[in-house]
Amino acid sequence: MSTQVETEIALPRRAKFHIGDLALRVVAGAAAVLVAITLILIAYKVTDEASAALSAFGLGFLTSSEWNAVTNQFGALDLIWGTAVTSLFALILAVPIAIAIGLFLSELAPRRLRAPVGALVELLAAIPSVVLGLWGILIMGPFLEAHVEPFLHDNFGFIPLFSGTPSNVGLLPACMVLTIMVVPIVASISRELFDSVPSDLKAGALALGSTRWEMVRGVAIPQVSAGLVAAVILGLARALGEAIAVSMMIGGTLGRPSSIFGSADTLAARLASQYQGAATALQTSSLAYLALILLVFSLVANFSAQLIVRRIRRRLGT
Amino acid sequence: MSAEVNPLTVVTPRARRRKLVGVMMEVIATAAAILAVVVLLIVVVSVARKGLPALNADFFTKSPVPFGQTGGGIKNAIIGTIIMTGMATLIAVPVGVLIAIFNTEFASPAIAEMVRLVLNVLAGVPTIVIGIFIFGLLVVGNGQSAIAASIGLSIVMVPLIARATEEVLLLVPPSLREAGMALGATRARTVITVILPTAVGGIVTATIVAVARAAGETAPLLFTSSIFANTVTTDVHQAMASIPLTIFVDSESPSVADQQTAWAAALVLMAGVLIMGIIGRALSLRTRRQIERAR
Repeated sequence: MSTQVETEIALPRRAKFHIGDLALRVVAGAAAVLVAITLILIAYKVTDEASAALSAFGLGFLTSSEWNAVTNQFGALDLIWGTAVTSLFALILAVPIAIAIGLFLSELAPRRLRAPVGALVELLAAIPSVVLGLWGILIMGPFLEAHVEPFLHDNFGFIPLFSGTPSNVGLLPACMVLTIMVVPIVASISRELFDSVPSDLKAGALALGSTRWEMVRGVAIPQVSAGLVAAVILGLARALGEAIAVSMMIGGTLGRPSSIFGSADTLAARLASQYQGAATALQTSSLAYLALILLVFSLVANFSAQLIVRRIRRRLGT
Repeated sequence: MSAEVNPLTVVTPRARRRKLVGVMMEVIATAAAILAVVVLLIVVVSVARKGLPALNADFFTKSPVPFGQTGGGIKNAIIGTIIMTGMATLIAVPVGVLIAIFNTEFASPAIAEMVRLVLNVLAGVPTIVIGIFIFGLLVVGNGQSAIAASIGLSIVMVPLIARATEEVLLLVPPSLREAGMALGATRARTVITVILPTAVGGIVTATIVAVARAAGETAPLLFTSSIFANTVTTDVHQAMASIPLTIFVDSESPSVADQQTAWAAALVLMAGVLIMGIIGRALSLRTRRQIERAR
């Protein structure tokens, strides 16, 4: 009798085969495979739609700044430039603020305040981008045009960055909206990272006489620096891919203005504004080419962030 | 004796500077948190102030009137958003929960890690690219439809639901699973009668959060359900109006009445999304506490 029990324990699946188990396993596995297929299908379909533009322009598409439906000449340079400038500028504004919020929520805030303030910061991420865009174009943009941009222009106009004419749409308003979107993402990840720093390390630094800031700079930030990089990359991916709010705020013109008051366009924003009404088949295909570039950017960003996170997990041994 | 100074109480200039830097940094961090909360308040208050005057019963119960006339509402958009988000939820919840079950019950650690990676990457695909994908896959040749839009929205929802559900399933105490198996239940039966009921609070939370996200998405609808009539449709093979698209289109209109509509629609959408966000958060805290108590 005891031997029977032993075999049962040693080979539970073999000994007891159930059709229900198999069915659940197959259906659940199919769901997981479906997600992988979707991802592959997205890449395939976008490449397929872009094929006409790919064969017409090749890699020259990336270095040409022409976008002309009349002559059927298209290039992505200005849009890549616009995407890079708006995303990087938004990151420069957002990352210090977001990490500071993460530190506040993890190290400084009184215990009773942590949950509500953390929730409010996360609610900021829940506001739909079209609502932020509406607010941006009708309230923040006019405010920037009337107050902030003239101030920057009058006082720092000798710097080319601030030399243009104030406008309610353009690079600066678009960057501000992107900043609002990126801050909550980076803030909540950095809060989790700072929470994960072992408290004996923190206590040790404090016991050695560090101020709280020295503890953060000397112990906490070095501990989580790789994670912070991943958080920044995820913020970047969010900023790169935002179409709706940016298309409302950026002005939608080609060019690479030297002033942050100037209007430009990004990959995602041009897709939102032109894909539906494209004049020629080649224009539609060129827009799909833009989507392909955007997809590659966001895949690279997300993969590298995931790899960093995985490396951290492995180092921590969890 | 009187000239002697306790070395521990001496404040050197260096110590004063270190303390000053520390205090400055703490002030900056606090200010950053206040800034984020203030921005949230500014957005919420200004949308409410602009939107409230245009909100009345007609806004919810009437469809838009032809250009130039006054009155009317966004009933068609509200119904469209509810139907399309609902269909997307019907697709995304089973798929997401099944993926979570696969990862926690059946997959080897390496495979589970792969699935997680794919989910995270899918979550990172820009929603406008998803819109173009669905357009090429389903709209070309068939025309726009609420179904196509829902499938697009479900692609946004699946990673959110799968990841959050997996987290809750991992919280379910192993002793419950072992007890189910020890009673002679099969793995499938244990999952369905023991594990899922324990985790149902978490799955509901994940669903609410995902619905809040999908209801506010504009980009997946832009090419899949944007050419619609000004009347209520319940035919899912037709394009439907939606609240996000109403805001997007009306915000670019020079007409003050259209901008009014955009503000009021934004208020309805934002209120819905924020309330769902708050409920989701409260529920998730409760579920976590409940499961921890069960441990």
